[in-house]
Amino acid sequence: MIKFPVRIPLGQWAESIVNWLTENFSTVFDSIKVVVEFLLVQLDSFFVWVPWPVMLIGLTLCGWIVAGKRVGILTAACLFGLGCLDLWVIGMSTLALVTTAVFISVLFGLPIGILAAKSPRFDVILRPILDGMQTIPSFVYLIPAIMFFGIGNVPGIIATVIFALPPMVRLTSLGIQQVDKEVVEAGVAFGCTPVQLLLKIQLPLAIPSIMTGVNQTVMMALSMVVVAAMIGAGGLGSKILYSIQRIDLGVGIEAGLGILFIAVVLDRILQGVTKKQQDAIMHQK
Amino acid sequence: MAEKTSSKIKIKCKDVWKVFGPEPQDIIKNWDQYNAMNKVERLKKTGCVVGTQQASFQVAEGEIFCLMGLSGSGKSTLLRCINRLHEPTAGKVFIDDQDITDMSGLELREIRRQKTGMVFQHFALLPHRRLVKNAAFGLEVQGLEKKEREKKAYEALELVGLKGWENSYPYELSGGMQQRVGLARALATNPEILLMDEAFSALDPLIKRQMQDEFVKLIKKVKKTIIFVTHDLHEALRIANHIAIMKDGAIVQQGTPAEIVLNPAKGYVEEFVKDLPKTKFITAQDIMQPLDKWVMPVASSTKELINKMTKNNLRFSFIVDENQKVVDTVDYFNLTLLTGPSQSIEDVPKEYRPSHYPTLSISGDTFLESLLDKAADTKVPLVINDDQGRIQGVISRETILTTLQSA
Repeated sequence: MIKFPVRIPLGQWAESIVNWLTENFSTVFDSIKVVVEFLLVQLDSFFVWVPWPVMLIGLTLCGWIVAGKRVGILTAACLFGLGCLDLWVIGMSTLALVTTAVFISVLFGLPIGILAAKSPRFDVILRPILDGMQTIPSFVYLIPAIMFFGIGNVPGIIATVIFALPPMVRLTSLGIQQVDKEVVEAGVAFGCTPVQLLLKIQLPLAIPSIMTGVNQTVMMALSMVVVAAMIGAGGLGSKILYSIQRIDLGVGIEAGLGILFIAVVLDRILQGVTKKQQDAIMHQK
Repeated sequence: MAEKTSSKIKIKCKDVWKVFGPEPQDIIKNWDQYNAMNKVERLKKTGCVVGTQQASFQVAEGEIFCLMGLSGSGKSTLLRCINRLHEPTAGKVFIDDQDITDMSGLELREIRRQKTGMVFQHFALLPHRRLVKNAAFGLEVQGLEKKEREKKAYEALELVGLKGWENSYPYELSGGMQQRVGLARALATNPEILLMDEAFSALDPLIKRQMQDEFVKLIKKVKKTIIFVTHDLHEALRIANHIAIMKDGAIVQQGTPAEIVLNPAKGYVEEFVKDLPKTKFITAQDIMQPLDKWVMPVASSTKELINKMTKNNLRFSFIVDENQKVVDTVDYFNLTLLTGPSQSIEDVPKEYRPSHYPTLSISGDTFLESLLDKAADTKVPLVINDDQGRIQGVISRETILTTLQSA
């Protein structure tokens, strides 16, 4: 027995669905593309435009304020290292890509997470979808991304968003569900509307969890830059891709370190913010 | 107590059921069948847990009503049915004759904002807000302007003794102080009803006692109708006007603290009350005897007086004026020494009056414990006066002894 009795032509179906979508909803995809592109270009040109000493000092101060001296110094060292490897401009492009992807992820992840926390039914439907988004290899959804948005930065960002959205949704939902039941009851007992309950009690108390979600999203977005580069996204990812194709160890190591530097800076600063929020709520000064 | 019966009913629960699980109505319909099962069997067979069953009670305006029971007895569930934090499965809840169970979400929200305030076991404060903002929460939800709500929040915090702490955070406070904030938050909206869920249970014993005393004092000042949930019978007896004792979701006995202590229902409540130091909970009011056999109007004749005392087998009697104030105490032995039985009491010479017997007058809320000392000091029965000095009742030594014996 080698031959299986049934063969489901799922691949063909998927192909025809994607084709149908591409033909009939091209205006929708085009407008998404325009918006995302606009956002990215603005951010990219801003980051590149800011003189490097200003950016370096700004981020260093930011790290210092939210997470203390050590993080401040670390930030300065990482950014200086990025510059020393002659990766400043391309690094800023990567930063812009990541920021755009994270911005979109938060924009959608937050409300979806709130909805999931409030409606168990929605949560049940959502869970397998999120699992799928995280476990199906990202290469697979690069193909429809190219078909919908063409080659370039935009499909890269969309693919990144699909990969980076789940932790944002999950941690938002978790954060809201973990709010002390009695405190929520107090809100209801004093006559909160559902919106008041969300804004005055649930979201403020879920902020540490939500911030952890943002942090995770940033890290996952960074891990996607090389994959996104395969379909034409720029930045450090494209440099690494280039080094793989040419088996150029030097370029690869330098660009890899560049991503590491950016990751460390973003992670430490965001962790500092998370901890601050947590302290405000958990009362440890 | 007389004033309580005349005042109107503020909260009424009628046959309130709360069943958690997939088919709650089925449980209620076939209760005869399910009643026989124990909790675990019932859960296995139906997937349902009975929170409260057929609970009915009434709370008069201005009264402190305690729901007392061990954990899992359904007391907190029943409390939450009143402001519908739990939706009752069956039965009716009325506040001021308005049917709460029948209300739309909007009406219910108004009730929660205006009429009821709630205090929670673990305080349920907002940790990221300063005390003023915590205390002002209910008013903020109502949409009151910031300046005004903070003014009221300041007043509420002062009322509970937290003046000067307004800009602190909850974590800077001890448990007892945090619960004061919880109380201030509930009082700030000036509700007519307070729902208190194990409000003092999470506090240290000493702080707890202090809070109970202060709470009773405070409540006299602010005039609220209160439903107080507790698992502590001592607490219930200390602060309540009426107590309902719950077991397995049902109310097994209702009554005043003295009724519960003196006549506990067979079985469960009896077991509970057994080891109580009863003299600490029974008040003069609970055991005093009615007046008619003990008092004589000042205008009656000595003959009438002697006849009445002989008939009732009394050694002492009290002479009262038209305002029901005790003007004199007479001793049977001295009276019988008098000649000329037609004299009026006022004409009895001074030396025949037992002025050397001090007449002790006490207020109705004195506990039996402190009555003992007083009764030991004098042969004359104790006179219970109201706050205007009018005689309310009499406690003889026999009464005290009988009470002690039964307790």
